[in-house]
Amino acid sequence: MIPLLRRDLMLATRAGGGFGLALVFFLIVIVLVPFGVGPETDILSRIAPGILWVAALLAALLSLDRIFALDHEDGTLTLIATAPVPLETVAVAKSLVHWITTGLPLTIAAPFLGVLLQLDPAGFAAVAGSLLLGTPALSVIGTFGAALTVGVRRGGLLLSLLVLPLYVPTLIFGAEVARRGVAELELTTPLLMLAGITAGAVALLPFATAAVLRMNLR
Amino acid sequence: MWEYANPKRFMGWTAPVLPWAFGLSAVCLTIGLIWGFFFTPVDFRQGSTVKIIYLHVPSALMAINAWVMMLMASLIWLVRRHHVSALAAKAAAPVGVAMTLIALATGAIWGQPMWGTYWAWDPRLTSFLILFLFYLGYMALWAAIEDPDTAADLTSVLCIVGSVFAFLSRYAVNFWNQGLHQGASLSLDKEKNVADVFYQPLLFAIGGFVILFFALVLLRTRTEIRKRRIGALQRREG
Repeated sequence: MIPLLRRDLMLATRAGGGFGLALVFFLIVIVLVPFGVGPETDILSRIAPGILWVAALLAALLSLDRIFALDHEDGTLTLIATAPVPLETVAVAKSLVHWITTGLPLTIAAPFLGVLLQLDPAGFAAVAGSLLLGTPALSVIGTFGAALTVGVRRGGLLLSLLVLPLYVPTLIFGAEVARRGVAELELTTPLLMLAGITAGAVALLPFATAAVLRMNLR
Repeated sequence: MWEYANPKRFMGWTAPVLPWAFGLSAVCLTIGLIWGFFFTPVDFRQGSTVKIIYLHVPSALMAINAWVMMLMASLIWLVRRHHVSALAAKAAAPVGVAMTLIALATGAIWGQPMWGTYWAWDPRLTSFLILFLFYLGYMALWAAIEDPDTAADLTSVLCIVGSVFAFLSRYAVNFWNQGLHQGASLSLDKEKNVADVFYQPLLFAIGGFVILFFALVLLRTRTEIRKRRIGALQRREG
């Protein structure tokens, strides 16, 4: 698993890997929002946690089709499948790389971009914390979607159609944690729900991802 | 029981059943809708708009049950590899989408005079919209993959995982927003049901919708089996 992790991380960070792309996309969406809704401070600071969450979700979505598509095209995926590691481990490694290259940078960048949206500084911790807790679920669910569409040429749009409905519960609880954090309300319940969804997804979905990969590689 | 899932046997028993199913659903729907629309009293507060319940409730019920049926058919396909089962799941999806759309549309038409808005981000409405998206994704995946067995496998897994997330979403939206929608019109707990005058024609309408759903799914499954056979013949002819 470790060599696979190192290989994928290296591929993602070297030229053409698109490492910073998700982050730049995140920035651009955040910059576009005030153009859309107007520059009034109170509106922006009210919708900031939600916008940050939706933008992070879209940025995570953007890089999903790279998870398996390139490996599938040049046949690496078949080699990996015949290697003496279970496909479940491969699924976990791929999700982890996706999270390290998108979820983690997005989490770190979110409070800084929150400044652009007049996010109340009291909410920085809640926004970053909810993203830290929620983005692993986004990566794992997205890996499952990427595995489903690996055999489909130009499957990017299909992938979004499949994955976005699956993102709904994570988004609801994640944005709720962020919103309550900004408003300085009690946030234990949504926080626990978000943690539960992430834990459940991380524990169970790699099995579904591996099963789907086996079906696709048959 | 499994022998009826053999494609040839399936074609055999569905052929005579289909006209009866369509006939029975037509009878039930005619009785339920005419009784409901013309021979029930007008509601004290809602006026005649209440009568949309005879379309709204059965279609909403079938929208969810169609997904449950797809889930079971997917499980049967994954476990027992009955091709008819996978095709039945495929056949049920467009019917389920139609039911979801009818439920959403009738709800919007009723909501405008009653709630003063066609749409509200109410938990029930929102979860139906999400269910609609799940149906679309499921159908898109079927359409995107060429090999029929791989398509059946992948859509089955999507259906199972999707069910879990649809269920989660259903309760997540409850948490997210307070509801405008009234509670269930029907339940096994008799106390909570709508009044008997509305209840009896509603049962006919629901029965009609259930039988109509089964008839449509059988018909569409037969079409899928024929399509599969034509494909096989064409491949043999080269």
